[in-house]
Amino acid sequence: MTEHDDLKGVNERMRSLMARTTHGRDDFEDLVIVPLFAVVVALVFGALIMLATAVDIPTIGRSFAALAIGSVGSLNAWSETLTAAIPLVLAGLGLGLGFRAGLFNIGAEGQLVMGGLAAVIAGFSLDFLPIVIHLPLTLLIGIAVGAGYAAIAGILKATTGAHEVISTIMLNLISFELLNWLLRQPWLQREGRSDPISKSVPDSAQLPQLLDWINPNLRLHAGLFVMLIAVAFIWWLLFRSKIGFAFRASGENPSAANYAGMKASFVIVLAMATAGGLAGLAGASQITGVLGRASPGFSAGIGFDAIAVALLGRSHPVGILFAGILFGGLEAGGRQMQVAAGVSIDLIGIIQALIIVFIAAPLLVRAIFPWGFRRNGRKEDAA
Amino acid sequence: MTDMTATQTQAEKLDSAASRKARIMGGILIALALLVLFVLDVVPGESATFRLTTRRDAIQIPDLVVPGAFNMVCAALLAFLGVRQLLRGGARWTSLSLGFGLLLLVMAFLVWATAGKAFNLTSMLQAAVLASVPIALGGLAGVMSERVAVVNIAIEGMLLAGAFAGALIGSLLGGWIGLVAAILVGGCFGLLLATLVVTFRMDQIIAGVVINLFVLGVTSYVSSQVFAEYRFLNNAKVFRAWEIPLLSDIPVIGPMLFDQNLFVYGAFILVGIATYYLFHTRNGLRARAVGEHPRAADTLGVDVYVTRYVHVTIAGMIAGFGGAFFTLGNVGRFEENMTNGRGYIGLAAMIFGRWHPVGALSAALIFGFADSIQQKLALLNTPIPSEFLAMAPYIATIIVVAGLVGRSRPPAADGKPYVKE
Amino acid sequence: MDVELRGITKRFGSVVANDNVNLTIRGGEVLGLLGENGAGKSTMMNMLSGLYTPDEGEILIDGKKVEFDGPGDGIEAGIGMVHQHFMLVPVFTVAENVVLGVEPTGKMGYLDMRRARRQVEEINEKYGLHVPPDELIEELPVGIQQRVEILKVLFRSADVLILDEPTAVLTPQEVREFFGIVNTLKEAGKAIVFITHKLHEILEISDRVSVLRQGRITGEGDPKTLTEADLAEMMVGRPVSFTTDKEPAKPGRTMIEMQNVSMLDETDEIVLERVSMSVRSGEVVGVAGVQGNGQTELVEALTGLERVASGKIIFDGTDITTASVRERHKMGMAHIPEDRHKSGMVDSFTIAENMVLNNYYAPEYSRGWAIDWNKVAETSARYCVEFDVRTPSVYLPGGSLSGGNQQKMVVARELERETKLVIASQPTRGVDVGSIEYIHERLIQARDEGDGVLIVSSELDEVLGLSDRIYVMYDGRIVAEFDNTGGKADRNAVGLAMAGAHNGDAATGEGDAA
Repeated sequence: MTEHDDLKGVNERMRSLMARTTHGRDDFEDLVIVPLFAVVVALVFGALIMLATAVDIPTIGRSFAALAIGSVGSLNAWSETLTAAIPLVLAGLGLGLGFRAGLFNIGAEGQLVMGGLAAVIAGFSLDFLPIVIHLPLTLLIGIAVGAGYAAIAGILKATTGAHEVISTIMLNLISFELLNWLLRQPWLQREGRSDPISKSVPDSAQLPQLLDWINPNLRLHAGLFVMLIAVAFIWWLLFRSKIGFAFRASGENPSAANYAGMKASFVIVLAMATAGGLAGLAGASQITGVLGRASPGFSAGIGFDAIAVALLGRSHPVGILFAGILFGGLEAGGRQMQVAAGVSIDLIGIIQALIIVFIAAPLLVRAIFPWGFRRNGRKEDAA
Repeated sequence: MTDMTATQTQAEKLDSAASRKARIMGGILIALALLVLFVLDVVPGESATFRLTTRRDAIQIPDLVVPGAFNMVCAALLAFLGVRQLLRGGARWTSLSLGFGLLLLVMAFLVWATAGKAFNLTSMLQAAVLASVPIALGGLAGVMSERVAVVNIAIEGMLLAGAFAGALIGSLLGGWIGLVAAILVGGCFGLLLATLVVTFRMDQIIAGVVINLFVLGVTSYVSSQVFAEYRFLNNAKVFRAWEIPLLSDIPVIGPMLFDQNLFVYGAFILVGIATYYLFHTRNGLRARAVGEHPRAADTLGVDVYVTRYVHVTIAGMIAGFGGAFFTLGNVGRFEENMTNGRGYIGLAAMIFGRWHPVGALSAALIFGFADSIQQKLALLNTPIPSEFLAMAPYIATIIVVAGLVGRSRPPAADGKPYVKE
Repeated sequence: MDVELRGITKRFGSVVANDNVNLTIRGGEVLGLLGENGAGKSTMMNMLSGLYTPDEGEILIDGKKVEFDGPGDGIEAGIGMVHQHFMLVPVFTVAENVVLGVEPTGKMGYLDMRRARRQVEEINEKYGLHVPPDELIEELPVGIQQRVEILKVLFRSADVLILDEPTAVLTPQEVREFFGIVNTLKEAGKAIVFITHKLHEILEISDRVSVLRQGRITGEGDPKTLTEADLAEMMVGRPVSFTTDKEPAKPGRTMIEMQNVSMLDETDEIVLERVSMSVRSGEVVGVAGVQGNGQTELVEALTGLERVASGKIIFDGTDITTASVRERHKMGMAHIPEDRHKSGMVDSFTIAENMVLNNYYAPEYSRGWAIDWNKVAETSARYCVEFDVRTPSVYLPGGSLSGGNQQKMVVARELERETKLVIASQPTRGVDVGSIEYIHERLIQARDEGDGVLIVSSELDEVLGLSDRIYVMYDGRIVAEFDNTGGKADRNAVGLAMAGAHNGDAATGEGDAA
């Protein structure tokens, strides 16, 4: 009888232990309020900078209006926003995964260049293949080359301890030189051109446009689905799979991961390669979905913006998806802003940098906005 | 005594990290020997002529003529060093052998590239010193902030900000005020970095990256929004070289060290001051203590936060000075992203130089050398594409960071925020 | 100089670390301050040194009220603290460490190291400390480092010295020597606060004793009239038995054996030198030694965390010299790591995630390449109930648990598996007495179920209390072996071996007899 009661008590306790805790207000603050504030403050700073460079107030008003219209104001704007978001999200997913594993990979830009280059080469040299094989193969080759390029930094870190921040920055610079050199090679350069530009990717390796039946100028392409699949896959990888558990443990506490039998060098190389693969995919999708060919600087700083995207999205796949769309919107709106109000698109870069500052230093946001945060008040009580 | 020898004989049998590394290095040296033998081979009879003085110089010394057989000797020496490493696993001499091996490689390369032609060595060395200035100052900025345990990825941005401020203010108010403005702007970004990482405890690498992005954004924005329209805002007078009497007449050394501009002298003097400050003054001792063991320093009444603020700000000022070199010391005009990764190479120079000002300067000179080889060799019509030569300093940086990180030790608290209580 | 604490209260968030504490410290006297981990001893002393500011109450020096705002203030008032974790810069010399903050300075901030060295020598002589001023700290043994800490405090002409757990890193013989220094200081008129959780030391050295429990003073008295049992009851709040009850060991087959194992660190220094040892099933083997004499490396070699440079390791008949951590784990090796925060757990991970930290790949938690988190949660909840890990939910971060519960979580994870060998490194460091007793019981239980158990601890009492056999490590070698059946090993002999005394032959002789 008593034994039965004991058992019942144990079961009761176990059930209560296994009850999921609900997300508290703290999570809400971290995931919603801080990013929201960050974006608003960054926009305000952007206005101040325009003021400081002698842009008059009506123009500033027109700039922000153009920013809004250019990003979400029409079907075309949405198409542009999402088109810009695709490579940002893909590369951002890779960087976020790296952050989770404790790797600060600044090399997405170079990995993106290499992946894009590989896609161009695979695109024009394998043009005998049918689209069902050619297109996936082209993307896969982009992934593989991006992964391989990132793995260099991973292997260097795993074997010699070389810090990935410096090695990936150097690999970026090397990739730009490599790109410039390759674009001058006769087998890659477009026939009859003297400027550095590659041959085009044939239709069989192009990501189909999604909205050209409405208007052929709408650039949104099937990379959108690739992006969504990647978000789901990375979520599963990080939070459900065994290897993702090892990634996260290594990132949070490398020495505990080592103790738990996770091989640090394996995790570093694999996480780096996965991140590079996603950046390579971003490059390949940009080539096969938007550009169709490679030219100097075709990566356009996407790999650097993706760092901001990953930070803004808190290295969470879903967060990165939203952050990428936000940055895509800023990009698309920024172009409109430049055309309609004559304000340089470089302003967008400043706003993006400011957003990361406020995201990465939540204490700073709390200092600027003492209200709206419960934690702050609690701390004062304790002191 | 017998204990000691027993220990030592055993150590030789043990599979130690050093002997493994020595074997790898041996393999690399042999690969270099093969490279010199088969790729950098010079047609027999051809020789390379290196000019050491120009006709204008006060003291003339004859050209250095190196016969092509020199490369065979280099290859043989490299092979000897490599085999010695493989057989003996000479742990103690590994890095020395590698350093000597790389020197041989560079010499063989120069002889190969110059074979049958003439090449002005002195002007290349002079350019090397000039090219190393921003790297050395960037490295010194890194030393100052990492010695108080603040990782400074933002050097790149600080250099760029200094270059920008130098050009803008230099165009408006003259070079000297431009220089002061560059230093102050650099200091502001140092202060900003300190605020973000010390007070707001932001991740130091993220803070650095963000400052770099921000500076790049602002300077590019102003450059395209304002400079494109008002060109006079971006047209500063350049600091010319100051010849130091007598000393500048010394062949080779004179043009290298004593016929340079303000920034070169400034870099050397700052390195000297920083060395004295860090290792022979009270505040230097305290700063190093903050970098190694902030809590210990704190318990002894050294204010960790103030120390970090001050030194990171000084680091920013040094980087601002280094940044002004790009505009006021070189072309007088600001261009988008004109620092092009020099700040990161400065960081590598700091690691290579083991967090010591003199070490950082020496490393910077090596990087500057790689930089100037690339520029001067373009004149010699070597079959190597210019892009690959441009990669040389980047590849060198990776090798340095990979090859030396294991042995050099950063300040113990490097990169870690300090939380009181 | 006399110091008085009146009604001191200090809170951290909702935790009350010190609750209305009154304490008097007098010159020429040693005050023993006793309390278990987390009782609030360190917090109180940090307030005296100025590192923390009290929320309520006041501090009086010679009857005058003082207020400390920063860490420099305590020392300025003449109160110096020797921290449990040394506050020394390892890459600085002794003299540099001593003068830091009060440097003799010449013109333009020039650091006058000659004068610094001379000043260090003077204090050295006055108190008989014998510290070499030009050696780098990292090259000195811990015993000497501790003297540097004392020198540092004396250099700042402190009249009150607070010694926080000073004997934790010393051998019994070094403790003797250290007590000599304490007495010299006392005779020189210094007031000394001696903080410890070791009862016999308190009784031996102090003139007065105060006991702290859960932030409150729970007892005061004269050590001459008190017994260890009295002190223990004041400290824990209930009678405590110091001996773990256990049956005699029934050793079976050899579970693990090390043969002539040597190991190098990353700078190629020898950290293990020809170590041979073994653990049989059904016995507890203890490894004693002063911290930093190769115990950590011994465990790293056994568990596969570091590769060995030579020698062989055999686990239940299989050569595992080159086997990975995971392979050894799968073969039934359990490992309770010496520092749970550093390597035993991931603070930000949930308790459930921590419960499978090194076992997440096991088939029972797997669904293809994914982890079955519901299964994990269920198992974790069961472990929590069984090992009395107190938490409202297994989905809370591991870092939110108290030290004792964290350690129980780690112990649960390691012992609730089919194991053959349990390696427990500092299994009760930073843990409350209740959890200590529980963890000890579970380790003995593992032994009785036929596991080999290896306990590595710098607490000699723990090794002596639990082990059936004891190895002593010194300078990377095993220098002695003792039979401890029925607790017969001689504490003094073990202590001598820990100091590397060269009469290890006699000790080994004893071991051979076993």
